[in-house]
Formats: sequence, C-alpha cells, structure tokens
Amino acid sequence: MCLLLTGLCPLGLQAQGSGALTVGQIDQSSVKRGSTFTQKIPLHLKAGFHVNSNAPADDYLIPLRLTWALGKVISEGVDYPKPQLENYAFSAKPVSVFSGTFTLETKFKVAADAPVGAATVVGKLRYQACNNKECLPPKTIEVQVPVDIR
Amino acid sequence: MINLRTRIAVAGILAVSAVTVACSSMPTTAAAAVKSEKERHMAPDFTLKDANGGSAKLSDYKGKVVLLDFWATWCGPCKVEIPWFIEFEQTYKDQGFAVLGVSMDEEGWAAVKPYIQDRKLNYRVMLGNDQIGQLYGGLDALPTTLLIDRSGKIAKVHIGLETGKDGFQNEIKSLLDAPRASVPSSYGVMPAWLTGAR
Repeated sequence: MCLLLTGLCPLGLQAQGSGALTVGQIDQSSVKRGSTFTQKIPLHLKAGFHVNSNAPADDYLIPLRLTWALGKVISEGVDYPKPQLENYAFSAKPVSVFSGTFTLETKFKVAADAPVGAATVVGKLRYQACNNKECLPPKTIEVQVPVDIR
Repeated sequence: MINLRTRIAVAGILAVSAVTVACSSMPTTAAAAVKSEKERHMAPDFTLKDANGGSAKLSDYKGKVVLLDFWATWCGPCKVEIPWFIEFEQTYKDQGFAVLGVSMDEEGWAAVKPYIQDRKLNYRVMLGNDQIGQLYGGLDALPTTLLIDRSGKIAKVHIGLETGKDGFQNEIKSLLDAPRASVPSSYGVMPAWLTGAR
C-alpha cells in the first residue's frame, strides 16, 4: 500500500477527489512527442447519487464539465458517455444524468517540442450531485493524468 | 345471561378502548413534530440583500412565524417545495407568517432573478453567501428549511425533501396557534389596544 500522507505514492495509484464523486485510478501513459493519445478518466459516484450529464435539458442545472489546462499536452476534446434519462419526483420530464461508475475520454496531442520526461496534465472537473431528496453544492475537483514523454 | 345494563357497560368500555387505541395509533401530530420550546435555540441573525435591493434582517421578523428556505436554482428537490411555499405565503401571511428564501447560487442574481420571475415566487428572496452557510452549520445539502417561531427560535429543521406539504403545513399551523407569550419584549411595546389594557 502506498503512503498517501508522505507523498510516496506512485503516480496513478490514488483516487482523486472526495465527496460524492471520485476519480478512479489513472495509470501513467507513455507517449511520444508529436503523437496523440486517448486517456480514459474513470469516475465513481456514491450510491444513490447522480450528477447532471454534460448536456442537461434544464438550463438551471449545472452540467458535468471537464476542462484541461493549457500546456505541451493539449486536449483535443472530451467525450462524455451516453447519459441516462431518469425520472425523479422533482422533475416533470426525465433528467439527463450519470450515476454509478462511468468513464470520460480525452484525446490529447503531445507538442513536438514537449520536454522529454515525466509530466502531469491537470484538469478540472466540475459537477453537481443530487440524490432523490437533496442536492450537494457544486464542486470542482482536480484531475491529474501522469504522462511519460519520450 | 348478560343483562342489558352489563351489555351497555361493556359496550362503553370497548368504545372508550377503541377511541384510546385509535388516538394512540394516529400519526405524530404537528405539535409533536416541532421541537418543544425548551429545546429551541435562537436562529442566528443575518442581514442580506433581497431581490429588490433592500436589506432583509432576520430579527426584523420576530413576532412572526418564519419559514427560512435555503435553496438554489440548480437544486431539483428545491423545485418541489417552492410551489408549496408560494401557497403558504399566500395563505398565512395575514396570520403573522412569512417565507424567506435564501438562494445559495454562486452565480448570484443573474441566475436567481430570472428564476424568481419564471416560478412567480411571491415571497422575499435573498442571496446567500459562505458566511451565512457557516452560520447555519455549513448547509451541506439543499434544500435546508427551518421553521422559526415567533420569538426567533428554531422550531424545526428539514434537510432535503424529508417531509411533504402537509407536514410543513401542520408545523406552520402549530407554530401560528402557539401562545404568543414567548415573544421577547425587545420586539417592542405593544399598544394598549392590542394588549387589552384600558
């Protein structure tokens, strides 16, 4: 078991975030300069909770949104899974949500002049979780993707 | 053979028993649902801007029963309660009752004002902040709704959709029907015509 508190945990082995939504294990990718690669971001919601999808039908709802910092490893877009349409007591029409365990994907391009060696791509995941009876405040958590640039 | 008098006596006992059993198996009454006066604590006071730009101070509502609703436009379960609160405001405002909504939307009035208009909210809405969140225990989940008695004390806290419209209504009625003796004198000296003094 790695030592989270002392920072001796190898990259990619720790869950990121806390609260209703956590980011699962992200293994280090080995990538070449000038290449592209697709990174999966596994997410897990607490039982009974859901987050709005990236495209909720109601303008008042806060969508799930993953954004990446600019750098030498550049995001070329985020793919969200197909949302579930769920009926809840609080909505007359089905609500577009994600629940349980699901995965986002981001296609990255590594700049041709990116420095060789280990790097971390940092993103921000904004979400707002609810269950049948209550909602938690919106939250933004950091997502880290470790890469080894060759 | 049981004579008529005995039969009447037994029937009477059964009738009394039936009433007793029926009463004891009734759902908890509203009066029991709110905290007893001894258990209540003063609601933390605050002053916030309302949707019309005015300052709303909770302690200005002493003497009224207040339904204080912490909500947000992005909160689905809050949408269920809001029509109830609109109705309560309409029904009970002349009996010394007020609904106060505190929106916890980070986007501020840009998000909240259109919602007030869309949903035709008829009660006072203010914009909350982190400070008031801390003041009221963090407000980790919305909706969080408090019922505050005429003396400014918290009589009930509902976190999430834990009670229905009838539950709220019963609690409001029980607080409105409660004796007014506990209203603090600091609220002001009542005029003689109101107190019955001559």
